[in-house]
Amino acid sequence: MFRLELYKIFRRPRTYISFGIILAIALLIQVAMLFDGQTFLGFMLQGVEQFDIQGNVLNGYLITYIILQTLLIHIPLLVALVAGDAIAGEANMGTLRLLLTKPISRPRIILVKFAASVFYSLCLIIWLAIVGLTISLMLFGKGDMINLKSDAFVMILKDDVMWRYTAAFGFAALAMTTVAALSILLSVFADNSIGPIMGTMGIIVVLTIFSTLGLPIFDNIKPYLFTTHMIGWKGFFDDPVPYTAIGRSAGILAGYIVLFIGSAIYFFSKKDIQS
Amino acid sequence: MKPIIEARNLTKRFTNINAVEDLSFCIRPGDVYGFLGENGAGKSTTMRMLLGLIHPTSGSVYINDTLFNNNNRQLLTHIGAIIERPDLYLYLSGWDNLRFFANLSGKHIPGKRLTEVLDIVGLTGREKDKVKAYSQGMKQRLGIAIAMVHDPSLLILDEPTNGLDPQGIAEMRQLIISLSKDHGKTILISSHLLYEIEQVATRMLIIHKGKKMAEGTVAELLDPSRTITEIAYAEADRIVPAIQQSAWAGYVQSVTASKLLVKMRPTDIPGLNRWLVEQDIQVYQIESKHSLEDYFLSLTTAPHVQA
Repeated sequence: MFRLELYKIFRRPRTYISFGIILAIALLIQVAMLFDGQTFLGFMLQGVEQFDIQGNVLNGYLITYIILQTLLIHIPLLVALVAGDAIAGEANMGTLRLLLTKPISRPRIILVKFAASVFYSLCLIIWLAIVGLTISLMLFGKGDMINLKSDAFVMILKDDVMWRYTAAFGFAALAMTTVAALSILLSVFADNSIGPIMGTMGIIVVLTIFSTLGLPIFDNIKPYLFTTHMIGWKGFFDDPVPYTAIGRSAGILAGYIVLFIGSAIYFFSKKDIQS
Repeated sequence: MKPIIEARNLTKRFTNINAVEDLSFCIRPGDVYGFLGENGAGKSTTMRMLLGLIHPTSGSVYINDTLFNNNNRQLLTHIGAIIERPDLYLYLSGWDNLRFFANLSGKHIPGKRLTEVLDIVGLTGREKDKVKAYSQGMKQRLGIAIAMVHDPSLLILDEPTNGLDPQGIAEMRQLIISLSKDHGKTILISSHLLYEIEQVATRMLIIHKGKKMAEGTVAELLDPSRTITEIAYAEADRIVPAIQQSAWAGYVQSVTASKLLVKMRPTDIPGLNRWLVEQDIQVYQIESKHSLEDYFLSLTTAPHVQA
């Protein structure tokens, strides 16, 4: 059934729109950096002029980091496009009725659709790695990477970067899996996919505001919000790498995935199919 | 003979209404079981409960004498169903849709079987076309192919003639008869049109506002004394007083100079015809009306007593 689910996902033209969007944004940033990268770099390094930074600073690793920062905000929407459609889209098309007259349990349907959505999310992340990292390295070459933070900057030697990207993409995949699980849960309650897609984005936007806004009122809830932990991939570009914090973030995201999918199974099993 | 499927005291209550109330019936092998009721009577809700799409508020469903619930959905391998419209994946071909649902049927279905069912429903040659290019009738037929591809013993067809043109309705009717007679399928078919059910069903259940009103064979429900016969004859003003003074007066429902409506057993019609000829009335046409329709209307429009 998993293979059939993938077959359905990848036979739909809309699936490929996401890959096109990632390619377009990555190329846009890469071309812009090619023509105007030095200006951007000068602006970026304004606070650290006292350091003599030499070599190929505007390199492929830095450009990839910029692309990742930009795109990982948008990729949840692309994940929700497919995962939010998983149950609600079937209900909207009317195929859910036919699907549920077959001898397949409802928990299995949820798990297969979740697995297919995760596979699609992984494809997006791998695609992002290909167009982000590979093309950037081709256009800008290698070099030591500067990770500029609000109160410091980290210089990572070029031979020390690739494993960090591998780990970061892996963490990003876990974050996108959380988004897919949330979309599947919302999809259970809807009869068309607009609701779950918009709902997922709405929840992520609101919770991201809570997570990033520096107001003391949100400090108590921040550690429990999954959006706080979705940006845990950035930790791999710190020195030293905060493995404990990254591990805790990964654990919390995994907990949210279990919660979302468990709830989706519970509510879907109870639901009367009237669409 | 053991029933293939049995509903025992099924009740479904939505927020404010009882969509189905204490409904019991069983379908035995070989039945073409008509499920009749006007729109909103609870037919689809009942069929959805039989298939586990809707959870009953109370009551239970037995498939092959085994209680059916979410934990033993493998019982559905015995059933093929189309509920309401046969909505399919429009961006896939007919073949891909059929193969997709065949793979979910719980049985290994060889490609040869897919070709066979496409032939039965008359879609051979169109299987590679995308379903979005299919007419409503073709979608209905593909839906039936999907329902029967795993060779279930029972087919549940919810209003299969909905949205079809007259030719499509006639073809669907023939297909259902063929599925029963040539392929040995037991069929549960619902409709709000008595005429459709009457054409194909061997037994029927009439429900109204979620409650069972009558159940039995078509012959049992068709009380011969209820037969209305319409007799058309040449214009004759004297027929009205003549028939009112005759022994036939008690059977007359209405009479005009050109048409007579009587309610009598079919066996009495030749006698009435003979009397008309003796009165020198030229009879053009004698037509029996569907008494079952009157029966259905009497059940579903008047205050009711459960049959």
